[in-house]
Amino acid sequence: MAHGPAKGIGRWLFTTNHKDIGTLYLWFSFAMFLLGGFFAMVIRAELFQPGMQLIKPEFFNQMTTMHGLVMVFGAIMPAFVGLANWMIPLMIGAPDMALPRMNNLSFWILPFAFAILTSTLFMEGGGPNFGWTFYAPLSTTYAPESVNYFIFAIHIMGASSIMGSINIIATVMNMRAPGMTYMKMPLFVWTWVITAFLLVAVMPVLAGAVTMMLMDINFGTSFFNAAGGGDPVLFQHVFWFFGHPEVYIIILPAFGVVSQIIPTFSRKPLFGYSSMVYATAAIAFLSFIVWAHHMFTVGMPIAGELYFMYATMLIAVPTGVKVFNWITTMYKGSLTFETPMLFSIAFVILFTFGGFTGLMLSVAAADTQYHDTYFVVAHFHYVMVAGAVFSGTAAIYYWLPKWCGRMYNETMGQVQFWVAFIGFNIAFMPQHFLGLAGMPRRYADYGLQFADWNMVSSIGAFIYGGAQLMLLYNVIVTIRSGAPTSEAKTWEGAEGLEWTVATPAPYHTFSTAPEVK
Amino acid sequence: MLKRAQALFLSLLSLVVSLPLAGSAAAESAARQLNMPQGVTEVSQAAYDIHMIMMWICTVIGVGVFGFMFYVMYAHRKSRGAVAENFHENLTVELLWTIVPTIILIVMAVPATTALMKVYDTQNPDIDIKVTGYQWKWQYEYIGEDVKFMSELSTPLDEVYGRAPKGEHYLREVTQPLVIPVGKKVRFLITGNDVIHSWWVPDFGVKRDAVPGLFTSAWARTDKPGIYVGECTELCGMGHAFMPVVVEVKEEADYNEWLAGKKAEAAEYAQTIGKQWSAEELMVRGEEVYDRSCSGCHQPDGNGIPGVFPALKGSPIALGPPEGHIGVLIHGVPGSSMQSFADQLSEVDIAAVVHYERNAWGNDVGDVVQPVDVLNYKQSQ
Repeated sequence: MAHGPAKGIGRWLFTTNHKDIGTLYLWFSFAMFLLGGFFAMVIRAELFQPGMQLIKPEFFNQMTTMHGLVMVFGAIMPAFVGLANWMIPLMIGAPDMALPRMNNLSFWILPFAFAILTSTLFMEGGGPNFGWTFYAPLSTTYAPESVNYFIFAIHIMGASSIMGSINIIATVMNMRAPGMTYMKMPLFVWTWVITAFLLVAVMPVLAGAVTMMLMDINFGTSFFNAAGGGDPVLFQHVFWFFGHPEVYIIILPAFGVVSQIIPTFSRKPLFGYSSMVYATAAIAFLSFIVWAHHMFTVGMPIAGELYFMYATMLIAVPTGVKVFNWITTMYKGSLTFETPMLFSIAFVILFTFGGFTGLMLSVAAADTQYHDTYFVVAHFHYVMVAGAVFSGTAAIYYWLPKWCGRMYNETMGQVQFWVAFIGFNIAFMPQHFLGLAGMPRRYADYGLQFADWNMVSSIGAFIYGGAQLMLLYNVIVTIRSGAPTSEAKTWEGAEGLEWTVATPAPYHTFSTAPEVK
Repeated sequence: MLKRAQALFLSLLSLVVSLPLAGSAAAESAARQLNMPQGVTEVSQAAYDIHMIMMWICTVIGVGVFGFMFYVMYAHRKSRGAVAENFHENLTVELLWTIVPTIILIVMAVPATTALMKVYDTQNPDIDIKVTGYQWKWQYEYIGEDVKFMSELSTPLDEVYGRAPKGEHYLREVTQPLVIPVGKKVRFLITGNDVIHSWWVPDFGVKRDAVPGLFTSAWARTDKPGIYVGECTELCGMGHAFMPVVVEVKEEADYNEWLAGKKAEAAEYAQTIGKQWSAEELMVRGEEVYDRSCSGCHQPDGNGIPGVFPALKGSPIALGPPEGHIGVLIHGVPGSSMQSFADQLSEVDIAAVVHYERNAWGNDVGDVVQPVDVLNYKQSQ
């Protein structure tokens, strides 16, 4: 044991320790989660009734945009990078990440990116108001002045993600303990390596898209301006070439987390480990060749539309394999239902439900009706919230005792789960009906026929928002006064190197590499 | 705890299963509608059919998969004394659940392809209508008929902001609906003027993006007269929720009468351009036009929104020479959200609104701008 952490604020500013940086990422992402959640509450409060009550339509658009951006880039992605920082070295028996100083940098530029992004709300003309997909020319010719700050913030986030990904790839390729072959790596590590490759591949594409915007806005180019010979649809192709892999960037690590937790509480090894790895790789590959299914109404030739429809339907196959594997892992296990397991099971059910609606959306003829309605909003919240956020919450309850040496209160955890689960479904199930009945997304106001379900949805959203405050409460109470635990293996059925180190995990672990048999 | 999960899930499932029943009852009124409308065209019917096929397949698979999962959660719990087995692979099973879904998907792909062919069958129309999306209204042009007009939300702002009770057709009413005849194949050629909009009529199964610089096409043929309401479905700025689509399907005789009326209107209008308007007439008409087309950005009191939309009250353009003021409306301001209104407003309306802006909210230029001035300006360009 070399030495412990430095004292004071310097510990956090200058740290190169993977656990400290993981902690920073997790707290930062939770702060962003609350901020993005606050924006969502503003949206749902305004939509509680027809008519404009609380805010003006132009501010409503800023809220939907910022909610999306903050949740995707500020909450979900950094949360999983935080988990990767904490857990990957522990899972592969490495003393730290391969590039610790870059690790510090990739975290510390993030708060600046989000400070810049959030500050746009206070600028003259307001913040980004063109949706998180920022389609040109609404985001170029017709954008508020602050769009330049938005572009700068996106660049910083992209740089952070790329550095984080390179770090993860370098760590996993070079720092596995002796005997830890690729096909012995925990699935969380596998899904993260694949995610990291996706990030390295598509973040530059996003950077390219925003740079073209910057040129169009400030330097007189016409990439996306039809009047100058450009093409607004080009923007959508470039954006979704990033954007579709992006949704798998968000969900693959979530798959990884669930693949760790379900075996633990089933007391049985993960079923179909190698098919899980191959399915993850297959999903990653397919994610590159399906992007235009987000653009079924843009007027593509029918051949293009058919191709993107077939390719998109194919994704159901590897995704189905994963779901079947999780369920078969539980089959003939010895199941208990602690909070992490409850969140994981809810993940499997609700994510699969979101997968079903995804399959429906892939059918281009029906998508003519679904496209850009609340049906889509419901679909992607089932996969993003009940997918990524539930899985992230499961991960926190699962590893918190290992991180801080204290056990959370099981009753409080389960109460939080049920509030979240019920609130989530009340919020988002009715949005399917709204969408099918004809309510478009990103609407600040709506006709009277949509009033009932919007009110129900808003009530559910408030409940779900309350559940996140309960999570915060649970985590803080656990850290401050949870029952101390020093058992290396917190959970009876847990397997893996992270459960061989002391609890709480010492500041430095695996200074000598463990032997993996 | 588990039972609650089961109960909750079953109730969700039963909701999904009950969707088709709820849908058929609500064909006419959209109120409390849960499912996709069947609509009144071949395309909307095809979309509905494939939607239902997919939903039923997903429901059956879902019941199977989740049913098995709940059985496992019940039967193999530790509290019932379950002891974990140790198996972790089975090639046969794994191959099976890769191949079977693939086959199901191939089967699904067949009707999905046929349905899409219908959507794209835009050849040989009887009538062509050009649909142009503007911030935040639609323009309809009957190609070859010399009929062209704007269709804008007619719900008053007071209803939006809660100063007046909301009417029955809140946000579902426009100044002039698009009118088409029954039994004719109508092709819509859709484009955008400023940003991307999307033209959607759920009952026709028509949704196509209105992209500036590009034409997309869609079609509809229906035998059911009636009024069909749709929406703009691509985020297009702050008026996105306030530019509904309303289409009125008329019997052919009524349609022809309507079209003839429209043509007569245009001819009649041509004569009003030359007429000298009084300042009062211009103020009244100008205020109407302003409230409809300008107040969204520049605000009803002419103060604009600082940093976004400039104030007209006391603005140098509004107080300067009329040519400059007319020019802004005719050309717009490139690189800003001030678009050209040359194509959206008639000469009379432009003259009226320019006059109004120069003489309202304390602006007191006092001159009178006539439609003929606008026409002259246009011709001098």
